[in-house]
Amino acid sequence: MDDTTIIPGPERQLKPHRLLRFLRQEILPTAFCPGCGCGTVLNAFAQAVDDLAIDPKDMVFVTGIGCSSWIPSPYFKGDTLHTTHGRPIAFATGVKIMRPDLKVVVIAGDGDIAGIGGNHLIHAARRNIDITVLMVNNWNYGMTGGQVSPTTPFGVPTTTTPYANVEHPLEAAELVAAAGANYVSRWTTYHVFPLMESIQTALQVEGFSFIEILSQCPVSYGKMVDMRKASDFLRYYRDQSVRAHKAREMSAEELD
Amino acid sequence: MLLQDTRVQGMIEINEELCKGCDICIDFCPLEVLAVSTTINRRGYYPPQVIKEEKCIGCRLCELVCPEFAITICNE
Amino acid sequence: MTQRQTRLQAFENRTLFLLGDEAAAYGALYAGCDFFAGYPITPASEIAEVMSRELPRVDGYYVQMEDELASISAVIGAVWAGAKGMTATSGPGFSLMQENIGYAIMTETPCVIVNVQRSGPSTGQATKPAQGDVLQARWGTHGDHEIIALAPSSVQECFELTVESFNLAEKYRIPVILLMDGEIGHLRESITFPPFDEVVREERRLADPDADCFGGEPVPPMSHFGEGRFIHVTGSTHKASGMRDVSTQSVHEKLVTRLCRKISDARSEITRVEQDVVDGARIGVLAYGATARPAQGAVLEARRQGCAVDFLRLITLWPFPEEAVRRLAGRVEMILVPEMNLGQISREVERFTSRPVVPISKIGGVAHTVDEVLAVILSNGARIESPVG
Repeated sequence: MDDTTIIPGPERQLKPHRLLRFLRQEILPTAFCPGCGCGTVLNAFAQAVDDLAIDPKDMVFVTGIGCSSWIPSPYFKGDTLHTTHGRPIAFATGVKIMRPDLKVVVIAGDGDIAGIGGNHLIHAARRNIDITVLMVNNWNYGMTGGQVSPTTPFGVPTTTTPYANVEHPLEAAELVAAAGANYVSRWTTYHVFPLMESIQTALQVEGFSFIEILSQCPVSYGKMVDMRKASDFLRYYRDQSVRAHKAREMSAEELD
Repeated sequence: MLLQDTRVQGMIEINEELCKGCDICIDFCPLEVLAVSTTINRRGYYPPQVIKEEKCIGCRLCELVCPEFAITICNE
Repeated sequence: MTQRQTRLQAFENRTLFLLGDEAAAYGALYAGCDFFAGYPITPASEIAEVMSRELPRVDGYYVQMEDELASISAVIGAVWAGAKGMTATSGPGFSLMQENIGYAIMTETPCVIVNVQRSGPSTGQATKPAQGDVLQARWGTHGDHEIIALAPSSVQECFELTVESFNLAEKYRIPVILLMDGEIGHLRESITFPPFDEVVREERRLADPDADCFGGEPVPPMSHFGEGRFIHVTGSTHKASGMRDVSTQSVHEKLVTRLCRKISDARSEITRVEQDVVDGARIGVLAYGATARPAQGAVLEARRQGCAVDFLRLITLWPFPEEAVRRLAGRVEMILVPEMNLGQISREVERFTSRPVVPISKIGGVAHTVDEVLAVILSNGARIESPVG
């Protein structure tokens, strides 16, 4: 690259991003990989909080272990309980019982919420306890390098399914709805506008609200399916997603 | 509110030092307002640059999708 | 008068005939416990049952979680939201809780975990007592850490030591394990309730707005959610502010060393023992929990038969009362340790004396009898008097 230049000296005066005030700015940029969907989820969440004019002082974040658990911790400036793998929903239950006036939000990944934490997910939905859970589903255990997870699609190679995944994925949103949750939705990091609105609804609905967010993992997952850029995933989400009302009219083969 | 601003032309603010060169904003801008720049930032990434500012309709897709809060639309 | 005071006034100065489990539950209520999350398990279920009945009457909350991991998790979450929290379980559940006990230690979350020990390993003899989790209480969770564990020997002590557990938890910002055994947990005895106002309760020390909650002093002050502090609580290694830093070696060293030393440096204030010594004793009997009762009976009978024996009952198991053990070892030539396990506290005693330590083990869910312990005392006593040449 002959004509590249390095930006010299101090930065010019920038108009600050409206949402930066919700973040612990001193530690930006994030630790997420370039193009990781986690940052998009953080963005949509901050936008939802801004639009609803929720005071972060009235929120508590509870997260688990994994890349998605870093979405609020440490980036969102709020009371945060960063717990052990699979257990944030159980911790959140204790928080909510003692402080029902606070908005308790769990943000964690598919392995955390639907794998090791599956039992807690089901019972919280059954209890219909008033917390909001964002399950960021990147189809693998990303932080540990790309092992198969309970949501990995059938037939996909991962670091622990080198001969292709022989199991079918869990349909988390359907499971949670069946268990008794008041609000369940599924969006992707491509569909940022409806995602942001869905987060607003989830925060306002009383009872258990759950959003499954399909999110790109270009590094750990992408290397195994040869989708190494975030845009590859977003195009896939755009072209392969089917809206729920349409999906109900399709056959199982079409949906596969 | 965010979705009411869609018809106002925006001024695009890019914070190059927060950018990680993922190119999502460039690839998905509906009017191809952005392109990869040739100016590397401190972390070694190539941030976007505005090439067709007059085409921007202020849809804010880039702003909302950016994983690093590196791009924002300011309405005058 | 608060709801709690009103409800507990009904017990003032009354003597009731209760299970050890029930006494522990009432101890929690007297201590100010307002949150219990649990899961049924023999022989601890009665604690949950009493809490579910009484907590709503004292403006507290009971929730039955889907497993023991969820129970300890919910307790920790509730504590950070302002509660004095407790859970109760037995061996299999205690094993499940280990990871989050470590989380409570690392985040300095005050809480009480009751383990009514039963015969293990694994499902073992589910309904029979044992003392097999003593070393697990000390080392069950991974990593370098300290813990506080108490062992009651009577139903009255189940009440009193539960109150003390809550107080120690608040004072040292650490989970405290009440190591009951199924023998005491399912024993019915008389217990006299003190007036509510006479019970000493340690209140949580809360931090000023700019003070750190995870460093700066041996036991830092705490803070709760919902007060605008934006407190960050994590089980990862963290700085005094609570923010994660796993890359800097000195941060980890400083944190973990402080977490351990806040307990080990305070050993003499924390540990409690009860001793009964006589002149000329050449044998000492060291016991705790349910076993302390037949052990003490054997000691008294041995003395009646002319054998001078010292008796040391451990009330605190962890941190280990090493000073008291050293003093005993300085007086006698041999220490007998009856336990309902194959030798756990006896190993710890060995660390602090070069005198022979003789475990008197009995497993299988049946407590020691006075005669069994007496026989060992007398045979060893005879050997000391007239050693084989």
